[in-house]
Amino acid sequence: MIELKEISKKFGHTQAVNTISFKVEEKETLVLLGTSGCGKTTTLKMINRLIEPDTGQIIINGADITNQNPDELRKGIGYVMQNIGLFPHYTIAENIAVVPKLLRWEKEKIKSRTQELIGKLHLPENVLKMFPHQLSGGQQQRVGLARALVTNPAVLLMDEPFGALDNVTRSSIQKEFKALEELKRKTIVMVTHDVQEAFELADRICLMDKGKIIQIGTPKQLLYQPVNDFAKKFLASQKLALEFKVVNIQDIWSFLPKGTLQDGKAFPANLNIWEAMELLRNTDRHELLISADNKESKTVTFEQLTQGFNQFQTSQPHE
Amino acid sequence: MNEQQQTLWQFMQGQSDKLLNQTLQHVGLTFISLLLAIAIGLPLGILIARKRKLSGTVLGIAGVLQTIPSIALLGFMIPVLGIGAKPAIVALLIYALLPIIRNTYTGIIGIDQHIKEAARAMGMSRSQILLKVELPLAMPVILAGIRTATVINVGVATLASFIAAGGLGEFIFGGISLNNTNMILAGAIPAALLAIILDALLSLIQKMDFKKLRRALYVFPVVILILGGFYALPSAYGSTLTAGFTPEFMGRQDGDLGLRSVYGLKIHTIVISDAVMYKAAYAKELDVISGYSTDGRLKAFDLKILKDDKNIFPPYYAAPIVRNEALKQFPQLEETLNLLADKITDAAMTDLNYKTDYLHQSPERVAKDFLISIGLYKAPKNGHNGTIRIGSKIFGEQYILAEMYSMLIKGYTDYDVSTKTGLGGTKICFDALTNNQIDFYPEYTGTGLLVLLQPDAKVAKEMAHDKEKTYNYVSAEFEKKFKIKWLKPIGFNNSYALMMRRKQSKDLNVNTITDLKNYLDKN
Ligand SMILES: Nc1ncnc2c1ncn2[C@@H]1O[C@H](COP(=O)(O)OP(=O)(O)OP(=O)(O)O)[C@@H](O)[C@H]1O
Ligand SMILES: [Mg+2]
Repeated sequence: MIELKEISKKFGHTQAVNTISFKVEEKETLVLLGTSGCGKTTTLKMINRLIEPDTGQIIINGADITNQNPDELRKGIGYVMQNIGLFPHYTIAENIAVVPKLLRWEKEKIKSRTQELIGKLHLPENVLKMFPHQLSGGQQQRVGLARALVTNPAVLLMDEPFGALDNVTRSSIQKEFKALEELKRKTIVMVTHDVQEAFELADRICLMDKGKIIQIGTPKQLLYQPVNDFAKKFLASQKLALEFKVVNIQDIWSFLPKGTLQDGKAFPANLNIWEAMELLRNTDRHELLISADNKESKTVTFEQLTQGFNQFQTSQPHE
Repeated sequence: MNEQQQTLWQFMQGQSDKLLNQTLQHVGLTFISLLLAIAIGLPLGILIARKRKLSGTVLGIAGVLQTIPSIALLGFMIPVLGIGAKPAIVALLIYALLPIIRNTYTGIIGIDQHIKEAARAMGMSRSQILLKVELPLAMPVILAGIRTATVINVGVATLASFIAAGGLGEFIFGGISLNNTNMILAGAIPAALLAIILDALLSLIQKMDFKKLRRALYVFPVVILILGGFYALPSAYGSTLTAGFTPEFMGRQDGDLGLRSVYGLKIHTIVISDAVMYKAAYAKELDVISGYSTDGRLKAFDLKILKDDKNIFPPYYAAPIVRNEALKQFPQLEETLNLLADKITDAAMTDLNYKTDYLHQSPERVAKDFLISIGLYKAPKNGHNGTIRIGSKIFGEQYILAEMYSMLIKGYTDYDVSTKTGLGGTKICFDALTNNQIDFYPEYTGTGLLVLLQPDAKVAKEMAHDKEKTYNYVSAEFEKKFKIKWLKPIGFNNSYALMMRRKQSKDLNVNTITDLKNYLDKN
């Protein structure tokens, strides 16, 4: 668990971070979202003491981090940099092995863990002997991720981990990332200025502006209960797409027509609308079989889906 | 040309022992000092990259040190470190320092900030960041600095011979003094090759990719150490006294060669430049030196001339030598220069030299005072009827003479004067004269005979000890060969001489060169 208590940081006259407090629960992913320069990176770097706050306190797993040796602290926290920051003079294998070597892991252990990770991150084996400049941007970002994950730290800090990528590559990496079993066991603070990405990956989102927290809550809360104009406007341009993502079939269950009994492969009801639409579009199916938690199942067509979603929308309280 | 190459090759073969030895010394000097410069420069560079406020000061000091002329630097060091290897290595080290410090500094601060941050973020300590990230990434730049320093060092190491530290400079400067082109080339060519080869090797290392570079970096210090080890300190066989001879003296029949063959003198000898030789004798670094009989430093450092009881040092009467064309072009020139004929005795010349070398009066003032004292001085007429170019070699006496001639010409004629003083050794000065770069300079009969004409041994022997014969012979030969005229001698005889500290000479009861030989044989 990570807790920030009234953290502030000034650079000269710039108030980069202004009395920020939040908690990240065990195994939760908190996304810091906001425009460029709003203090996201600064906030993140204070958690592993790359930057020391002017005032306030940061507690990780019950201990105040200022009482810990910064080097030791950092060895226990995975960090993915905004600029990737691979060592140009190390091969990919060596880059991944930096922290394990600092922790004096045995060679065999490093090797097998590296193999495991590049498999999970879909990197070809032959990159291990290459140098960073020989890799594509997307591959480099995966290596950056592997480097942060290799020692399996309980806490992971990620600063725009997919920032350097084009949209297509980004969304495919995001998917892989979301599917990674390892990450589900970690406490993660991630920075992005991309709203879609935040909604895709966050358990909770912390929306920031000019060094302050505007709103902190689940994607659904941000979308349906924005605290002020800034929060509303921040999401306005992509509202529909986001809504497709935060609403799942369970939410609109009551608006779907009664089910007919049918056999075949059923999808879970926590599928969000966006995913359901993609499935319907990309396959030749007309209907999708969904089974809810209570073993009830329904089939839906594209039209039924949009209709149900619209009815759900109108049923929501309007601010 | 072909013949020239042939004889150069023969010279190198004949002197191959010396050549090899000098080359090894040269490499050794270069690399010992390089190693020390790296040992000092690298940490300093790292320090100022950490504490940037210091960078201005440190780079400034290293920069200023580098601008000190090499000979001056070597001279400064004699009182502190004596002569030989130590001061030479320190001087070379000082020259190598700036490129190494500067490149270490720029190499480290030039590393991408994000990479250093990544290293910190992964929990590397400061020293781990330095060793695993900063130094490896800065290495190409640091190596470029080392490369520059190496090339500088190969060049400056030629000057090490001035303070008896050996190296290829012994041939180069000996050759210049002796008017021996083959000897110059035998030193200069290997020195140039050395610079080119080392430069190429280091550029190879510099261009290696990171993987190979890492391996090369383990080998590099070992290689430097081994090369540095070539410099077995040059002082092998012992005699109780140590002599310091100039490169010129070493190679001359009327120098070291004569001392060996005529007197049978066997003394531990090191090669040293004239500029620092007297000081080294005074500082008891040396016991016997080869000097000039009218040198002011004789008086300044209280040295005593050992009598040349077997007459191996021929007379060196000074006289201006002038191109015939210049005499024709400037009709009043000869008469004016001859005003000084027979005017300066040995004692007077020693005294004049003492005033410049030891009392640090300017040659101009000394010249003027003297001309006034003998009633020859006249205020300049500021004429513009053509310009006469006066040359002089690079030592005090010649500066004074050049000043006197300049004053006489300005006072007695309507000619203007330009002086080109400090023209290195005999060869440089004489070449300037024959190539119409200067119109005249003061030369010595002995030098004219033995260095410039180089007659066969029989002729030389016959002449060498007779003032008149020598003068007549060189006059006739120069006229014939070079169209150059010897005017009337100035009076003093600045011959070679062996000298010792007065006190030591008294203590050991050594007054003549034969005494010296006997003393050495007994001890
Ligand atoms: N080392 C520093 N020195 C001075 N000012 C800084 C420094 N680091 C950040 N700032 C300033 O603090 C503010 C917040 O910077 P920060 O890097 O945290 O923004 P960010 O939200 O990560 O922006 P981006 O999305 O562009 O990465 C900015 O105004 C920035 O200029
Ligand atoms: Mg940032």
